[in-house]
Order: sequence, then structure tokens, then C-alpha cells
Amino acid sequence: MADKKAPLPSDDAPLTTRKEDRIEQMGDQLPEPQGDALASKTVTISRPRAELYAFWRDFTNLPRFMENIVSVEPVGEGRTHWTVKAPAGKTVEWISAITEDRPDETIVWASEDGADVPNSGRIDFRDAPGGRGTWVSATILYDPPGGIIGKVIAKMFQREPGIQARRDLRRFKQLMETGEIATSARTRQAHEEEEV
Amino acid sequence: MRALTWHGKHDVRVETVDDPEIINPRDAIIRITSTAICGSDLHLYDGYIPTMKAGDILGHEFMGEVVETGPSSTLKKGQRVVVPFTIACGGCFHCNKHQYSACDNGLPADNQDIAQTIYGQPMSGLFGYSHMTGGYAGGQAEYVRVPFSDIRPDRHSRWGGGRQGAVPFGHLAHRLDGS
Repeated sequence: MADKKAPLPSDDAPLTTRKEDRIEQMGDQLPEPQGDALASKTVTISRPRAELYAFWRDFTNLPRFMENIVSVEPVGEGRTHWTVKAPAGKTVEWISAITEDRPDETIVWASEDGADVPNSGRIDFRDAPGGRGTWVSATILYDPPGGIIGKVIAKMFQREPGIQARRDLRRFKQLMETGEIATSARTRQAHEEEEV
Repeated sequence: MRALTWHGKHDVRVETVDDPEIINPRDAIIRITSTAICGSDLHLYDGYIPTMKAGDILGHEFMGEVVETGPSSTLKKGQRVVVPFTIACGGCFHCNKHQYSACDNGLPADNQDIAQTIYGQPMSGLFGYSHMTGGYAGGQAEYVRVPFSDIRPDRHSRWGGGRQGAVPFGHLAHRLDGS
């Protein structure tokens, strides 16, 4: 029998299910980690892996389901310029570069020096069992709240990056499975105000 | 339009509110011709259901005439339709198994947290039944916006025979039929 008093083995659960965000355990899963707060989430989407990868790989599609992103524009060589909503009608910006790109499997990115909010992350696409489509896992590492950046982060991630990642992935699932994003708004004006 | 709005325990009022509009491609707007008060509405009226907000429009059993359609709706203006109270997408794992009340996508993303916490998974949306079930405006009103209006009877029994007029089905339609 195992000694019950023996120390627990280190947490080897997948990043998306662990209770604690231990960044050091991510090892080389992220390129040059930018920031030290972690958000990670997985969603099952009833669509083929290649289709989901292709949609996500075109970063200009991301503002359609990530509600705090104003725009993502390609600036060449796998780099993209991001504009994200900040408090008081302001925005924060940075340039991200793709550091690893395996078709239909994985996209890894990191912000370049000078980013308003340093961040990095990866998105993984795996076949789900039982013909259920694809497991999509997003892992985002970013600078934690503090000062003006803290306010930005609070807005970006609705105060908790796990919540934002969860909701953005749900919207991604809705867009892929239904072609639209569910809303209970009754008028177009209410719908627009919802997105601000 | 005029609509029945909830303001608190034992406080519902018929008020003038903004008309609903087409927002998503699969939406339709229905002009309501008959609507019902369900026993479940009493839970809202008596204040037992959490996540109600002042001004919410009640009503989850209704029928009417299609007056406007989004570009991806398969309904036609003038069709008479019966609207079940679940709001389901027709494209997710559960909908493909005809388990519409367990739909993954019927709730807006921000409204899925409560159901996911309580039940482990989000559920479908419901018309006029608190924000835990999506915060959708209900059908005790002159008009209602119906999301995912293209889910047809052969997949969902959502619409009761558009060509000959609305065909009652189940307890819901029985009430609506006025019989």
C-alpha cells in the first residue's frame, strides 16, 4: 500500500482542467512566456478540425466572437496588429507574431516588445472521441492586473481571464455550429450596446 | 408594441416597449395572434425564479403570423406558426440527437454560466423565463423575435404545418387553440 503521508505527486492534469495556474509547469508549451497570469479553457465543437483551424488561423476572424477585440490586421510575415477595447473608450494595441503553426493542430503566438499588454498563448485542435467533432483548447498568458494596465485587463477579461476565455470559446462554438452568435437582445440598438 | 412586463413579485404590467427587430440571419419576427398564461408563469409572478429583471417580457406559449424574416430563415411572411418555448440551434451535438432542450448554443454565451454551474452543462434558451434561460423576451406581447427560426418540423416540430395554417400539437397548442 502506498504511504498515505507521502507528498502528493505534482499536478499533471491538462492545463485546461487544473485548479491552479502553475505557469512553470507549462514548460515549453508557450514560446517566451509574456506575462504571468494564465487562462485556459477547452470547448467541444461539432465541426471538423480542419475547418476550425482554418477559421482561427485567419486572425482577422477573431473579433467576430471575441467581444473585446476591435480589430486584428495582418502586417506581414505572420505578424498581426491587435487593437483591443480599454476603459473610457480607449484602446490598447500590440503586435503579435505566430511562433509555431502546425496545420489543423496548433497555433502559438506571442506579443512583440512594446506591447501595451504583453501576452502569449496557444490554441490546440484535437479530434474529439465518439464523433463529437473537435476539442478546441485555448491557453492565454498575460500580464496580471496592476495600475492602468489592471483596468485594461479588467475590461479585456471581464475581471477574470478564465471567464472571458470561456465565453469567447462559447461564441466561437456558436458561430461554427450555427453560423451566428446567440443574443437575447430585442432591438439592434440594444444588441450594439451589449457589445460595447 | 404593447407587452406584459415583469417588475417584481406580484407586479406585472402591460407597457409600451420597443418593437423587436431582426438581429441574426436566422431570426424571424412573429405577430402574435394567441398567447397563453402557463402555470409556470406563476413561479415568475410569485417571485420564485431567480435572475428575473425589471422589464422582462413574459410568455413562453404563443402562436402567430410571420411578419419579417432574416436572410437565413426558411419561414415565409404570412405563414402561421406555433412556437415551442425552447430556443435551440439545430446544429450542436444534442440538437442532432433531437435533444433540443439540452442545446449547447441556445443561450447567449454570458448567460450560460449559471446553468453550467448548476447542471454541469448549459441548457437551451427559453422564451420569457428569466436570464438564467437566456433573458429572451417572451410572447405575451404583440410581437416577438424568434431566434433559429429555420428549425423545421421534420427536425424539431417547431412549426406546425405552415401551408394549411397552424396545426395544434401537444398541450401547448391545445391551449393556444382556444379549445
